[in-house]
Amino acid sequence: MSESKVASMAEAIAASVHDGDTVAIEGFTHLISFAAGHEIIRQRKRDLTLARLTPDLIYDQMVGAGVARKLVFSWLGNPGVGGLHAVRRVTEGASASLELEEYSHFGMVGRYTAGAMNLPFFPLRSYFETDLPIANPLIRPIRSPYGDELVYAVPPLKPDVVIIHAQRADEGGNTQIWGLLGCQKEAAFAAKRVIVVVEELVGEEVIRADPNRTVIPGLIVEAVVVEPFGAHPSYAQGHYDRDNRFYLEWDAISRDARALERWLEEWVYGVTGRAGYRAKLGEERLASLRPGSAPSGSVDYGDYR
Amino acid sequence: MNALERVAATDFSASEMMIVAAARELAGRRVCFVGVGLPNIAVNLAKLTVATDLELVYEAGVFGARPARLPLSIGDPTIVTRATAVTSMFELFGFYLQGGLIDVGFLGAAQIDRFGNINSTVIGDYAHPTTRLPGSGGACEIAINAREVFVIMRQSRRSFVEHIDFRTSPGNPAGANGARIRQEQGWLGAGPSVVITDLGVYHFGGEGVMRLDSLHPGVTLEDVQGEMAWQPAVAERLVETAPPTAEELRLVRDVLDPDGIYTR
Repeated sequence: MSESKVASMAEAIAASVHDGDTVAIEGFTHLISFAAGHEIIRQRKRDLTLARLTPDLIYDQMVGAGVARKLVFSWLGNPGVGGLHAVRRVTEGASASLELEEYSHFGMVGRYTAGAMNLPFFPLRSYFETDLPIANPLIRPIRSPYGDELVYAVPPLKPDVVIIHAQRADEGGNTQIWGLLGCQKEAAFAAKRVIVVVEELVGEEVIRADPNRTVIPGLIVEAVVVEPFGAHPSYAQGHYDRDNRFYLEWDAISRDARALERWLEEWVYGVTGRAGYRAKLGEERLASLRPGSAPSGSVDYGDYR
Repeated sequence: MNALERVAATDFSASEMMIVAAARELAGRRVCFVGVGLPNIAVNLAKLTVATDLELVYEAGVFGARPARLPLSIGDPTIVTRATAVTSMFELFGFYLQGGLIDVGFLGAAQIDRFGNINSTVIGDYAHPTTRLPGSGGACEIAINAREVFVIMRQSRRSFVEHIDFRTSPGNPAGANGARIRQEQGWLGAGPSVVITDLGVYHFGGEGVMRLDSLHPGVTLEDVQGEMAWQPAVAERLVETAPPTAEELRLVRDVLDPDGIYTR
């Protein structure tokens, strides 16, 4: 067994995230590491390029806090609610100041995949007869070398840092996820450095008892941070539901730059790490997000000696 | 359905009419890529009525979803529990969508033109928009690779426009040449086939142009013309959309959207 990679969030962010880095906090509506985003804000990182398929509330908060120079994305919004108002303030009208590089979902997934596989591009059947290759000249048409079929290519994305929230990992960073998988695996393998944030630290024997569920091997993980409810207000399958009340409240908070600033003061700068945030939310609120139970059956891997 | 359930309701909202009309269009379809909101209710209604074998696919990476509540977002945990399969997004977009397994993709739009080209990216100039919208998400590749595309949206002069501000998802490019372009470029999809609005239902003719085929109860042709920027092609036999049945309304109100989030 390798050495422990367990670190505090403050240590992990300080060690891995540097001003000017390209950072991806992935997770498609599921398992979004708000805890890591808030620590990046607290450490006042600057000039980050933030990549993510769906920059949602966490990137709206990070943009509002001034950590970002650029967004790389495929869908920009508060899922199921509406727009991202901090992002809109710096992308609309004559004073638009945030740089945008936009793709489609499959384009972003393809970019991580090419990054993970050390390929010069990823080909896909998308973008035909649209304005996306005009808005983003990095989306380019190419001919098949085996005929004259046309496809579009997107360039590899290799973030400096990818941060993944998961249900569980062992001390070595071997990480298991269930529920929506998004593109966590592709993003992690594309990254130079991977931080894993988990609901629960488990023994290596728990991981080895169910190896099909391992999405990210400790081999590529820099640090393991244990933060129960670290994905709140997004959700962790089987642990807690999305806190939709906050997604609705954010719509109002983010419309007003000063209200947003007050919110950051109260919930990010003003709390001592994620433990402080959890305490401030309160047991009752957290308990209200617990789902009922729907356990999987178990399989027998067989013992072969 | 028994005789009583076939009785048409008279008290229903425009959203409920849209959902019911969209659900009926799914008769006979097998695999549907679902969007959140109105499409989600329409697809679930179809599964309970006209298309009981329908497989619900969510771009978040779920095939064969059985949501036990109305999903709050495209990635709600209720689409995972009891689903047939959870896949990575790579598999979902690569194998299921681009591999040609999706019969119908449901899209919304901020703007649409008569050829079914869709804008969900910006209103105004791209670099300095007056409104920054979400962008493609999966819509661009859905429009190209789903066998057919259903569009569900509210109709107004701001949304049914002569020229869209940004082409996010292709409809019938170059109008009548759309089918040729799709074939030459190896697209799997035939493009948009239905547009369902709060006023009526449109299909697309051979020349790739939207054609008004039915008006919802109480809506006139003049109402429709007042809410679009071009003179619509109109079916020779323009009909009235059959109003929701009591059973369709019961399913929408009591089962699919009990809190009335999308339907009131």
